[in-house]
Amino acid sequence: MAVVKLLGAWTSPYVYRVIWALKLKGIPYEYIEEDLSNKSPLLLQYNPIHKKIPVLVHDGKPICESTIILQYIDEIWPQNSLLPTDPYDRAVARFWIKFADDKSPSISKLYRTGGEEQEKAVKECLEMLETIEEHGLIGGKKFFGGDKINMVDMAFSSVAHWLEVIQEVAGVKVFEAQKFPRLNTWIQNFKQVPIIKENLPDRDKMLALLKHRRKMLLASK
Amino acid sequence: MAEVKLHGFWPSPFSHRVIWALKIKGVDYEYVEEDLSNKSELLLKYNPVYKKIPVLVHGGKPIAESLIILEYIEETWPHNPLLPSDPYDKAMARFWIQFGVDKGPIFLKLLHSTGGEDQENAAKDFLEVLKIIEEKALGDKKFFGGDTINLVDIAYGNLAYWFKNLEEVLSIKLLEPSTLPRLSQWAQNFLEVPVIKETIPDHDKLLAYIRRVRKKIVAEQLNK
Repeated sequence: MAVVKLLGAWTSPYVYRVIWALKLKGIPYEYIEEDLSNKSPLLLQYNPIHKKIPVLVHDGKPICESTIILQYIDEIWPQNSLLPTDPYDRAVARFWIKFADDKSPSISKLYRTGGEEQEKAVKECLEMLETIEEHGLIGGKKFFGGDKINMVDMAFSSVAHWLEVIQEVAGVKVFEAQKFPRLNTWIQNFKQVPIIKENLPDRDKMLALLKHRRKMLLASK
Repeated sequence: MAEVKLHGFWPSPFSHRVIWALKIKGVDYEYVEEDLSNKSELLLKYNPVYKKIPVLVHGGKPIAESLIILEYIEETWPHNPLLPSDPYDKAMARFWIQFGVDKGPIFLKLLHSTGGEDQENAAKDFLEVLKIIEEKALGDKKFFGGDTINLVDIAYGNLAYWFKNLEEVLSIKLLEPSTLPRLSQWAQNFLEVPVIKETIPDHDKLLAYIRRVRKKIVAEQLNK
């Protein structure tokens, strides 16, 4: 049997996307936690260009970039598919995945910055949430994937779980349930999906770590 | 067959990418030129999130973002394949396409650079990017796709003509046989591919456009 390894970091939403995908498809894998302040020779060997996690290693061959990893997983193990079958629906799904990938970094900027920079991040996050609410969640579906979650839902996970913790760390309020009713419903449903619920970073642990990181980052500026 | 329309902008390399893919697949389409200073109602309706070109409209249904359009074209018209069939090779192709996207800001920095040192640093950074592309993505192959072009060649295609024109406008020389022998050869080969040769805009017209863009950029910087 081919061996599947996943190099990751326990707070990264990009890593969780891969974990959820592997678990949804019932693929056994070995998880290797990376210390990003002290990257292992293995990580540097498997991802020499970006030196980032997640990296999936299948049969000794590395695949980098979470969206590319998920498409690879979906093609090798087609059960419980992560993307629609119709090409147009796939294009729409890819559009929203790209949107999530492009805009989500503003969420971590919330806790990494202060003053004017943080204000800019707040504005970017609000615009992102407004766009999802207005254009992404139309059609009354439970999930972006319909009745079940798919790659698009996974791509927006940082909005569902990480944003709330980061808001507390950063001392800002971006998401308000009454302002984003469709998004709020989606978040509640997403967090109840067993595979998601059972595989999320511990909130209190993450809160403590990000608070510490914020302190260090702002002190160094 | 459902109607195919492409909303584009004549100097935009993102627009050209889609044209190349449609022509390689032999797909008939209607081209709609957009005035980006006065975007059509239709464009705003088809791409409300970004309001940008290119937008492909197939049977009345719009798809935005050039790379997403390319994957759609590949899946809808699978003949003359533009991606490897092996999932791992496909993942590697997508990796290099994404690498180009990630380095976009470095290209933009060069496009927007003003004055000696600013431009020198931007050029230096971009040269490093080109070296990685030549060494790791292209290697000793004729094209990124092997013997024939594929989506990776299409994604990097603007280097062969658009970027060369920018070099002329900025009076810099990065993509040269002396600094990037394999990538320079690739650029030459790429421009010889019939579909590419027949569709890239007239050199002088594009050069004049890029000069106008630079003039505007420089003027805006001076007003800051």
